[in-house]
Amino acid sequence: MDVLGLFNYWVFVILLMLGFFAIVARTNLIKKVIGLSIFQAAVFLMYISMGKVEGGTAPIIVPGLPDDVIFSNPLPQVLILTAIVVGISTTALALAMVVRIKEEYGTVEEDEIRQKDSREKETTS
Amino acid sequence: MTLAAHLPALQVALPLAVAPICALLTWRSTAWAIATLTSWFCLAISVAMFIQVRDHGVFSYAMGGWSAPWGIEFRIDALNALMLLLVTAVNAVVISFARLSIQQEIEAWRAPMFYAAWLLCVAGLLGIAITGDAFNMFVFLEISSLASYILVSCGKDRRALVASYKYLIMGSIGATFFLIGVGLLYMVTGTLNLYDISARLPDADFSRPVLAAAGFITLGLALKFAMFPLHLWMPNAYTFAPHAVSALLAATSTKISIYVLLRFEFIVFQPNLDHHDIQFSSFMIPLSILAIFVGAIAAVYQGNIKRVLAYSSVGQIGYILLGVALLTTTGLTGGILHLFNHGLAKAVLFMAVGCLYFRYRTCKIDRLAGCGRDMPWTMAAFVVGGMSLIGVPFTAGFISKLYLVKGLLEQGALGIFLTILFLVGSLIAVIYIWRIIEVAYFRPRAEGVAPVKEAPLSLLVPTWGMALANIYFGIDPSLPLGLATQSAEQLILGKLL
Repeated sequence: MDVLGLFNYWVFVILLMLGFFAIVARTNLIKKVIGLSIFQAAVFLMYISMGKVEGGTAPIIVPGLPDDVIFSNPLPQVLILTAIVVGISTTALALAMVVRIKEEYGTVEEDEIRQKDSREKETTS
Repeated sequence: MTLAAHLPALQVALPLAVAPICALLTWRSTAWAIATLTSWFCLAISVAMFIQVRDHGVFSYAMGGWSAPWGIEFRIDALNALMLLLVTAVNAVVISFARLSIQQEIEAWRAPMFYAAWLLCVAGLLGIAITGDAFNMFVFLEISSLASYILVSCGKDRRALVASYKYLIMGSIGATFFLIGVGLLYMVTGTLNLYDISARLPDADFSRPVLAAAGFITLGLALKFAMFPLHLWMPNAYTFAPHAVSALLAATSTKISIYVLLRFEFIVFQPNLDHHDIQFSSFMIPLSILAIFVGAIAAVYQGNIKRVLAYSSVGQIGYILLGVALLTTTGLTGGILHLFNHGLAKAVLFMAVGCLYFRYRTCKIDRLAGCGRDMPWTMAAFVVGGMSLIGVPFTAGFISKLYLVKGLLEQGALGIFLTILFLVGSLIAVIYIWRIIEVAYFRPRAEGVAPVKEAPLSLLVPTWGMALANIYFGIDPSLPLGLATQSAEQLILGKLL
């Protein structure tokens, strides 16, 4: 198998799993958001890699180009621009929520929040 | 008229354009009035498109004048029309209900922003339901999801924030999985239009990326529509969200994700992947049976009325998926019909809970004891919704469960076994609904709870409107049934091609 030729895709998978691991394994809410960002950024890399055509040039038509010119595919980059915007909004919203959680609970650690919630449940019931 | 030709674009653009206007307003009631007016306009647009589909069949709209495989295509067939009707109708009724309920739960200065997020959420849901472009679906999915995280986090209890954060993390993982799946499909076919992908897949050199795409897309969407065992975000999100938001999300957002799965499964994957139909059913049937049981049994043991309804949603999604996983016309008709009818039932139940909370200021079942005597109209609406959830004759839920059982019985011996499980699951639904009814009508008022008045008319009228819809579609189901049958036939036909 052409391992080196698929270098980008290996990086994609490794980053994806690193991000996913951070989301699952970390209890700090901000670290989870960082994990989510890495997770999403990995997918951007996948899209951008697939747009690359070997020997392809920028897809701009100018006079004097040879007839056999190969262009790279610009569409995946356009798509991923949209996905980057979505990713940024998600991160921003998540961080805003962490700020509000910190205001209400005084902590950003998941287990401490859970403790406070269960203590509250005991006192009210 | 030229405007009529652009109805599909208007359907999405209208709420999208009004949302920032709402956000700029400073008066709570003006923002609500504008949002409500917009919602009713959206309903009118979707009814107009439904009539067009009924009279002239499928029609398509090229966004910006770029034709199908190049530009984004809005394509409206029976299934789209049904989903659009569900979303716009539920939204119009729930937002009419929302004013007093939201007034109680959200500070005045935040309300205009809240209604803006609400409209964005609806715009996203409508966009998913109308577009025929895979990447466009992802974008709309994220518009509606991001807006709904905001809506959930507006709940009064501080636990709403944590619930919403959890929803955000799980929802984003789901959306990213979906994005990977779409990317793999694009890699193989070089196109994003669903029908174009399907037409080009037979010529593709590889089938393994397509299989991987099927996995990613199914799992990603399963996270979004809270299929058991990926439902962990749902009970808390529905419990702590403002009541009107619970009604909107429970009735529409999970349903729309199931719709997306149907589209991908029946247009793209099943016609083009060998043995994928068997893989799909053998994956979905056990999980949906588990969902029915786990959801229903968990619902029996909850002390918070909203949590009961949330867990019951987990179970009801199991019923829908069970019908879909049969891959027959009857099963699919039942599944799609249940999608619609469960939306109506959950909307009325959550709205009734909103009325109860408005007077009692609590959602704990034992604190609500005797509420059937204090608020007879509210509880009557709740009972109608509950009966529809169980599937009592002359309510909407009965018709869809009838079709689901019919579909199951077509399957021979396995079908009979599944039917028994199905009916036992429905019996557990009787238990958790009865538990609430018993507390409401046959128990004396809880200690220290003052007697309350009936909910105000502006809350009662929308709730009862939705309750009457549940009864109406149980007696004359021709509208959703016709659309569901037609879309099931179209989906099965697409699978055979």
